[in-house]
Amino acid sequence: MKLLVLILNRLFWLVPTILGLIVITFTISHVIPADPVAFVAGDNATAEQIEALRKQLGLDQPVHIQLWRYIVAVVQGDFGVSLYTLRPIADDLAGRLPATLELTIVSVLVSAVIGIPLGVISALERNSILDHVLRIITVSGLAIASFWLAILFQLLFAMELGWTPLQGRVAGWGPDVVTGFFLVVSLLMADAEVFWDVVSHMILPVMTLAFPALATIVRFTRAGVLEAINSNYVMYEEAMGLPRRVIVWKYVLRNALIGTVTQIGLIFGILIAGAVVVEAVFDWPGLGYYAVQSILQSDYNAIMGFTIVSGVIFIVVNLSVDIVHGFIDPRESR
Amino acid sequence: MTTDLLRVRDLKVSFATDGGTARVLDNVNLTIGRGQIVGLVGESGCGKTTLARSILGVLPTNSARLDSGSIEFDGIDLLRVDPDTLAATVRGRQISFIPQDPFSSFNPVFTIGAQIMDLMKWKSPALDDRAVRRHGWLPRLHGARRRKADLARVLALLRQVQLPEPEEILRKYPHEVSGGQRQRLMIAMALLPEPKLIIADEPTTALDVTIQAQILKLLRGLATDHGISVLFTTHDLGTAWEICDSVTVMYAGQEMESAPGEGFFRRPSHPYTNRLLMSLPSRDSGISGIPGDIPGLINPPPGCRFHPRCEFATEVCRQDRPAPTVVGAGHEVRCHHPVSEERRHVLA
Amino acid sequence: METLSFVFRKLVEDRVALIGAVIILLLILTAIFAPILSTHPEDVLEFHPSERLQGPSLQHFFGTDRMGSDVYSRILYGARITITIAVIAIGASVLIGVPIGLVAGYYHGWASDALMRVSDIFLAVPQIVLAIAIAQTLGPSIENVILALSATYWPFWARLVYAETRSVQNEVFVEASIALGASPARVMILHILPNIMSSIIVRTTIGMGGTILTAAALGFLGLGAPPPSPEWGRMISESREFLPEAWWYATAPGLAIFLVVMGFNLLGDGLRDILDPRIRRSRRHDD
Repeated sequence: MKLLVLILNRLFWLVPTILGLIVITFTISHVIPADPVAFVAGDNATAEQIEALRKQLGLDQPVHIQLWRYIVAVVQGDFGVSLYTLRPIADDLAGRLPATLELTIVSVLVSAVIGIPLGVISALERNSILDHVLRIITVSGLAIASFWLAILFQLLFAMELGWTPLQGRVAGWGPDVVTGFFLVVSLLMADAEVFWDVVSHMILPVMTLAFPALATIVRFTRAGVLEAINSNYVMYEEAMGLPRRVIVWKYVLRNALIGTVTQIGLIFGILIAGAVVVEAVFDWPGLGYYAVQSILQSDYNAIMGFTIVSGVIFIVVNLSVDIVHGFIDPRESR
Repeated sequence: MTTDLLRVRDLKVSFATDGGTARVLDNVNLTIGRGQIVGLVGESGCGKTTLARSILGVLPTNSARLDSGSIEFDGIDLLRVDPDTLAATVRGRQISFIPQDPFSSFNPVFTIGAQIMDLMKWKSPALDDRAVRRHGWLPRLHGARRRKADLARVLALLRQVQLPEPEEILRKYPHEVSGGQRQRLMIAMALLPEPKLIIADEPTTALDVTIQAQILKLLRGLATDHGISVLFTTHDLGTAWEICDSVTVMYAGQEMESAPGEGFFRRPSHPYTNRLLMSLPSRDSGISGIPGDIPGLINPPPGCRFHPRCEFATEVCRQDRPAPTVVGAGHEVRCHHPVSEERRHVLA
Repeated sequence: METLSFVFRKLVEDRVALIGAVIILLLILTAIFAPILSTHPEDVLEFHPSERLQGPSLQHFFGTDRMGSDVYSRILYGARITITIAVIAIGASVLIGVPIGLVAGYYHGWASDALMRVSDIFLAVPQIVLAIAIAQTLGPSIENVILALSATYWPFWARLVYAETRSVQNEVFVEASIALGASPARVMILHILPNIMSSIIVRTTIGMGGTILTAAALGFLGLGAPPPSPEWGRMISESREFLPEAWWYATAPGLAIFLVVMGFNLLGDGLRDILDPRIRRSRRHDD
């Protein structure tokens, strides 16, 4: 019952939060600039063009009416037209979303699969050489600029060693133009050559994105395991002679992992933030790359569209993590 | 072969701390007879918890050092047994444990039933020696038939500790039951493996006063019924008076006096015991304390560690720690100047 | 609240945190004495196209960039930009966010809830996403980067201080001071604030690292100070087309960012170990 209340509560606040995000982007794009029309029109517009555009876009209306129309448009998925591609921004974003999703999901999985066991071992073998090495790596991982790391990887693995392709997502067109999820589709198609093409292009971007995420996961898991090991219930389990194996891998792990799962939301945020620059460096055709191109083109509507979409994704991910956490932690749900 | 269940002899334990080595237990002796409830009384920092943990074998390995001494349990020196065997055969089987804080001693993300049944899986009295020897190395299969028998035993025990609706409780999580209920559960869990000795570390400190008496009586009743010895640490003399057959007083890592309940409270021989009894508030004598402070354990006072605060202290008290002197049946005191008849403070 | 000397002593004992403190000290000194320490101070503004893209040498420790300017000197001057952005951005966001959090936490009402909901909206989006939007709108300059960073960071402080204020509010000493007739402002500033100060200090230090990284990313994307400003992120962006030959061009500024952020992270971790009582209790097991 408590769980249901929790879920409903979170869902209830979902809409106002997204609405608030839309208001914020509206404020940024319409209220802050001295003349929003000149922005949208681009740098080369003449005075008459700007005035015509102003009427056409309804930007001669009072602010609250503009805000209302903006909200209505965004909710219907209309972000305007891109100055660069001349297509509806919503279409552009939808087209690039799968690439970013694939990249971030694979990065999360890689960092979790490697990071959680490392965190557990690091805690169990506290102050050992492995622990110290891991601590150095994790602290570094959070201090390296993602774009710099990306460039270094490119320098070393692509340019110097030639082990991986330099950039891009695929060498040719990719296996499937419809869904855009190359990795899964090429796997299902059992086409080894295409699959390897996709994977080899993914290696460097995933390594770059996963590095800070890995550092965070290792740190949090380590802290969670240490806290559990020093807890009274572990002391009790030891006092009653339960086997060490059972204490660690059943009781401690479950407690520690609950904490780690909630951090996935935080990690996803790091990944989205990192994706912008990483996609830029690797020419990965995703949302981040689109955002960077839009910045270069001063395509303000496109940037706002990107802001809203990535914001919504992040909000939804966090919401899901909260709900999952409510499920797996009985202190929340009962 | 004595009838004593547990004999701790000259136990010396030290802890490595930031400020130096703390000499937490200084040649401590303790005896627990079969079926006896022994109270270990002392103020914070006197070493009673460390002594309890030493018997169990759960001292923190990175900072605690066992310097010397022996702990004879049922004829075997626990300090010479390897840790794995200790965990498999002694802890949770022959010696069980009731913790001070029943809330944080339960794992919060597993149901109570899951934790109790897991305990039964590894520590059930029905387990044979071969299974015990494989302890922890191979997955222990908890067969359906044994599980059913275990469950029946668990429910029976839960009823014995007077818990209402035991099946319901098993399905709950620790945070969903009350403090008193949790401690009853802890008592039940301590009884599950049919131990010879239960070590209860201040089991009522975390509970409300009204519940404390119930829990104490329950513990005493069950221990007596099943013939189990109990080592019961507390800082509260009143609790010791309630249920203990014998009381041992500790101060700053040294045991001072140990006597059967009656003798302890009516014929206290150690000045510290005397002062402790005097410090209990009463309508006749009001409130009094003991001047001075509890000494630090990194550079403790030499000889008898109470001597700086003792009104009867002389030079020999500073030089030699007194050896145990018998002053009555089962009544030993470690003092160069035991309190005489007139100066005793007797509990009315 | 711990005294300054206690913190100092404990800090010196923690060698790792000490390294962090030393790095930051070096950063500050570098920024201040950049003109003296750099070999080609004029290269911040001047070009020497004939000397472009030379490798590291005794004359140019880190080589030259595409304009022929000495990379080493530009990095030293870049330290000034980095410090300026980080200090002002965090300072502003703290100065805005902490009072908001205090007031929202102290009072219980719809206004407090509203303030926190607004903060939550900002926090619902990764900082860099909003910062890009703001910086892009305002145009590339250091001031706008600072503005963008502050505008997206203050909600973090507001939330933090709000939560801490609410938890401290229930402490006895707060009730006591109110009972003694202290005004709300007095309670907030003299009683509540000192108790949450250590938390703020720790997170400020750790937050410096993150802010520097975000600022560098904005610079990399071209949203920071325009050329020829020796901003570290922008330098890395400029270097890309000359790779892999001019490897020093990308490596040096990145290394500078790494060292500085590392310094703040190490110091922040050390401070947290000292100042956060909860962590301190379990730290005995963590050594």
